[in-house]
Amino acid sequence: MLIELVLELGMFINFFLNLKSQGIPVSIHEWITLHKALSLNLNDTSLTNFYYMARSIMIKNEIYFDKYDLAFLDTFEDIKTSDEMLEEILAGLKKIKELKLSEEEKKQLEELNLDQVLKNFEEQLQGGHYKDHVGGNKRIGTGGRSTQGAWGYNPAGIRIGQGVSRHKKAIQVAEKRTFQNYDNHKTLDTRQMKVALSHLRALLPMGEGEELNLEATIDASCKNAGEIELVWQNKEKKSAKVVLFMDVGGSMTPYAELVERLFSAASSQISKFKHFYFHNCLYQDLWTNIERNQSISTSDFFKNEDNDYKAIIIGDAEMAPSELTWANGAVDYWYNNEIPGIVWLQKLKDKFKDIIWLNPLPQKSWDYIHTVNLVRDIFPMFELTLDGLDEGIKFLMSGKSKLL
Amino acid sequence: MDYFKGTSDYVLSPGLRDNVNVSIALGRPLIVKGEPGTGKTLLAHSIAKSLGKNFIIWNVKSTTKAKEGLYVYDTVQRLNDARFKDADISDIKKYIKLGKLGEAFKADKQVVLLIDEIDKADIEFPNDLLNELDEMSFYIPETGETIKAKERPIVIITSNSEKELPDPFLRRCIFHYIEFPEEDLMAEIVKVHFPDLEKKILKEALKKFYWIRKFDLLRKKPSTSELVDWIQALILGGISPKKIEKELPFLGTLLKKKEDIDLVQPKEKSHYAYRTSARARDVY
Repeated sequence: MLIELVLELGMFINFFLNLKSQGIPVSIHEWITLHKALSLNLNDTSLTNFYYMARSIMIKNEIYFDKYDLAFLDTFEDIKTSDEMLEEILAGLKKIKELKLSEEEKKQLEELNLDQVLKNFEEQLQGGHYKDHVGGNKRIGTGGRSTQGAWGYNPAGIRIGQGVSRHKKAIQVAEKRTFQNYDNHKTLDTRQMKVALSHLRALLPMGEGEELNLEATIDASCKNAGEIELVWQNKEKKSAKVVLFMDVGGSMTPYAELVERLFSAASSQISKFKHFYFHNCLYQDLWTNIERNQSISTSDFFKNEDNDYKAIIIGDAEMAPSELTWANGAVDYWYNNEIPGIVWLQKLKDKFKDIIWLNPLPQKSWDYIHTVNLVRDIFPMFELTLDGLDEGIKFLMSGKSKLL
Repeated sequence: MDYFKGTSDYVLSPGLRDNVNVSIALGRPLIVKGEPGTGKTLLAHSIAKSLGKNFIIWNVKSTTKAKEGLYVYDTVQRLNDARFKDADISDIKKYIKLGKLGEAFKADKQVVLLIDEIDKADIEFPNDLLNELDEMSFYIPETGETIKAKERPIVIITSNSEKELPDPFLRRCIFHYIEFPEEDLMAEIVKVHFPDLEKKILKEALKKFYWIRKFDLLRKKPSTSELVDWIQALILGGISPKKIEKELPFLGTLLKKKEDIDLVQPKEKSHYAYRTSARARDVY
């Protein structure tokens, strides 16, 4: 049945595989829903309608729209000359009124993991079914390049105006890649701040509201000679404590305002919120303002504060190794530190067990920067992107950093 | 089958219209996401109006529990009533009040149910509704009653992406992201609100509006509803198109935060020279 299904759908299944290989979380559940929709002919046999319909069913987050466009291009780009081909596919799909899968088959389908999918994909490539398509597939590998604007070389872009058949429009829509900026691998921009904030809300307690205090109610009712007296109470909220250390100055300047705003917005919701600044590395003083002329002593701070804060450090960790490892290595000429920065960092780690480091530099560059590696040995490090922030906060909440 | 075409007072993109119809045909909830002020909530109103269905709104708050949407068993009232001889407390049904979802299921005809701002609630909230939305039925153990929808309601769910929704829940829904309207569509939307608006005013106002939206550091970008308010103010104030071009009257209706006004206001002079040529645009 599974093989029949694949055969029946012919190249269509590639769409699903393409989506998978783009890293979009699509499930068989949604794929089957799409077939149901196709069998009802909701798309009116138009590829443009199909583009929107399939997107609404398969993609549940706008951050994947760009990847969807890429997958769509890879699958359907070549359908440009024959309407019949499209008709054929759709007709074939219509034959399957309803997909009846046994439990076993469902399992088989679910077991199609990414590796297999990729392998299948590769085989198809080698089999020569995709002769004209190789260029298209390559794009998966060079997706990074395209986000930098190299998309302009795309020969498909010139195709506009060659014809006005309806289905080409969908390709054009996909080619426009309007949603590129919504891709969650980009570093945070203003639009995404709100979303990023929502990730921070994972740090917040959930509101519980009023509840009946049963014991107090019974007590009060007894005292009241059996007349029922209701006693309400607010359910206690556990408040999150967050401390933030932020690198300002130098290479971090472009991010400073953005990051600060992100967290000052969060501070209104986190009952105990503290934030401090540093330049490149932490030493014996913690700056309380962005100009770095007011400070408190780091060791006092360690002594006076509870250690149950969730600590977040934001910085690129890119500096001269001496700033980290030497006494008096601090980058600012007016500043002397007797204890090397790396020792302070270790102390910080020892004080706050739940701690993460967020780095605005792309993760793939980390291995090449010596000081990033030094810092990474101490702190769990995450990218300052939506994905990284999410992962980082989850990590923070799970308490895993205690184990390191 | 019902086919939603939109209403005269609600302008929508063909993509959204199709997705609404897909959701109706498949009997699955439609999740609508998008910037504030892009008309997520109004969509459900428009669907109900266009199809002539009854409309039920369930406004979700941070304290809302999934069960409240189904039914509430008012035990406290019953306990209270137990003190009085004349009250009949043996009938539990009297103390069961159906929630919005329950109401929608129990209705004789198909209704449009709007679950507004589902992301405000607890993170587990959508998961608690999985089965109910799948089967469109639920069981009340207190009375042994099963409430089952005679006709699957058309369910529209809006989200501001404050929290991410759980995957199993999303898998059962149709998703649409309302993009912020482009100038052409926006002009149409404004025309619905002000049919007699002078073309020049509209053109200048939209130009300024999209110029302001381009500021990267705005804390809150003005949305459609703010634009409509602004144009209303411009009309009432009898402002000429020339003046809109030169300065920004009633900026407070567009921008609600002091920081934003401080950001935009000093630049308004420079925008006077702003023309649509690509070369000039690079300067700013």
